[in-house]
Amino acid sequence: MEKRVNFKGIWLPLLLVLPQLVVTAVFFFYPAGQAIYQSLFIPDPFGLSMQWVGLGNFEYLLGNAYYRASFVTTAIFSILVTLVSMGVALYLAVLADRLIKGSGVYRTLLIWPYAVAPAVAGVLWLFMFNTRVGVVTWYLGQLGYDWNHVLNGEEAMGLVVVASAWGRISYNFLFFLAGLQAIPRSVIEAAAIDGAKFWTRFRTIVWPLLSPVTFFLLVVNIVYAFFETFGVIHTITSGGPQQTTTILVYKVFKDGFVGQDLGSSAAQSVILLVIVGILTIVQFKFIERRVHY
Amino acid sequence: MSDIPDLECRSISKSFDTFKAVRDVSFSVPQGTFFSILGPSGCGKTTLLRMIAGFQKPSGGDLLIKGKSVLDVPPNKRPVSMVFQHLALFPMMNIGANVGFGLRQRGVNKTDVTKQVERVLERVGLGGVADRPVSSLSGGQKQRVAIARCMVLEPDVLLLDEPLGALDLKLREHMKVELKQLQSEFNTTFVYITHDQSEALVMSDQIAVMNHGVFEQVGTAKELYYEPNTAFVAGFVGEANRFGATVDGKTGDAVHMVTSYGQTLLGLNAGHGLSKGDKIDVFVRPEAVRLSRKSSDVAGMENSGQGLVENVLFNGANSQLILRDQMTGAEMNVALPQTGEFRDLKRGDVISFGWASQQTRCYRAGIEK
Repeated sequence: MEKRVNFKGIWLPLLLVLPQLVVTAVFFFYPAGQAIYQSLFIPDPFGLSMQWVGLGNFEYLLGNAYYRASFVTTAIFSILVTLVSMGVALYLAVLADRLIKGSGVYRTLLIWPYAVAPAVAGVLWLFMFNTRVGVVTWYLGQLGYDWNHVLNGEEAMGLVVVASAWGRISYNFLFFLAGLQAIPRSVIEAAAIDGAKFWTRFRTIVWPLLSPVTFFLLVVNIVYAFFETFGVIHTITSGGPQQTTTILVYKVFKDGFVGQDLGSSAAQSVILLVIVGILTIVQFKFIERRVHY
Repeated sequence: MSDIPDLECRSISKSFDTFKAVRDVSFSVPQGTFFSILGPSGCGKTTLLRMIAGFQKPSGGDLLIKGKSVLDVPPNKRPVSMVFQHLALFPMMNIGANVGFGLRQRGVNKTDVTKQVERVLERVGLGGVADRPVSSLSGGQKQRVAIARCMVLEPDVLLLDEPLGALDLKLREHMKVELKQLQSEFNTTFVYITHDQSEALVMSDQIAVMNHGVFEQVGTAKELYYEPNTAFVAGFVGEANRFGATVDGKTGDAVHMVTSYGQTLLGLNAGHGLSKGDKIDVFVRPEAVRLSRKSSDVAGMENSGQGLVENVLFNGANSQLILRDQMTGAEMNVALPQTGEFRDLKRGDVISFGWASQQTRCYRAGIEK
């Protein structure tokens, strides 16, 4: 039974929700409003005056080939990060679920990467793959492969995907493992005794029952890939080479704070806001229908 | 009925580290039998069932189904099926898909699956529901779907792991009868585990009472009830008055004893090899005790006394009387006759009671593990 509390007046309940309202207003509505406001102007380089341009910033952006390329980059990047981090996490979770001894140690060790800040994770991977002193680069060189993510756009993309996905695996792993352990053992045994082998059981029983977790992680991971990977990209590639790893969020930063084009940067933020909104609606509308709670 | 039993266990054992869950259990179940394994929780019955299903490997012994050893056969290849404690229906599939799951795994073609599923659902009284979701069913119907899902595969042996545990009392009573009917209709061997003695007594052809990893006794419901071999069976199956006593002497099977309350009684040596001075446990069923308002009526019985009514526990046909023996102070539970003869009996009344020595079963104390 849900417990409901009835207040007599309006002031006490208002006071109780006020902190949340203030936080939301100051840190969400105000910046978002500012972004929308600024996206309609072009400021001068010194920030002393602003010129009204209406939707000019948006028009310019949508006609800009670099900006459109950033869309494609972002799509590839977030799909890869989500697939890699969720795929590896699911694989590890299935293994951990079958583990009887030492699962505690295994789990604890797997959670560690989550505690590493994205920028630090980026530096770690950067060291390993550094074109001159990187350990992995050296071994790849021994194998005859010349690794150079500074010049090769595909390698750069590969590296930021791996570095971004790596930190995310722990998080996904925890959720998948919890999801797997919530599936009653007897349901899986019932399928087994009815003749289903491991892979069939996974496909017909485990995967459908895991779908709420998978759906949740899908939403969370795409949002992660869109926004929180900034630190990784900033430390490893700074969006290069030739903008091959410049995802939308990174471009907001680069055009705004490096290029000092605050109007365009604000317009990009607004576009990003709209995209994430649409993505979330689409996910809940269409994918959730296929989910069994 | 063929001569080869459907299921046979030969001194099967299972240890977990140092704990012996099942020790040297041997039994065989003929075709078409409803065989129950009855025991308190932790007695090893679930382990035994899981070994038969193939989810656990025995530490020793052999397991035969239709005369063939299945020790090395994985669960999905054994000709057994299992109804799980919480039924384990697949929540994301409809009823038809649930029942047809095993057939699809065997590669049966779609039209045959649909046909067989419909046929088995009709047999359990649920025809025409194949397209409905599992969640639309009541507890009892889910039970029937779980059984249909097993029976469609035509197993040699159906294992049932306390499937009535999740149901409420009324439905459980109803399902007992229904399960027994389904079993005789399908004529399949059922191995049923439960801790509920009434489920076992009502449904089973044969019952094995299990305790601490061993079978204490295997027999029909009546044998277990009237002739329990051990003190554990006497105490676990049915209700009984139980008291401690010391053997005073023996004539044949008859035991003369003195209870801890100082009462002298005559009983039956149901255990083995009692001698003077042995401590024993004595069991008397509440319904074995005869009540009378006149002491002369019970004077002919070997054991008798006068009791003060301490309490009347009225429960329809299962009403009981708690008596305190006026001489010794011993407490006794006595079933009230269903004739209504004693309906005006109340607390503080005095009544005569007595029971035969044949109904007084004595076992050596302390051997119950």
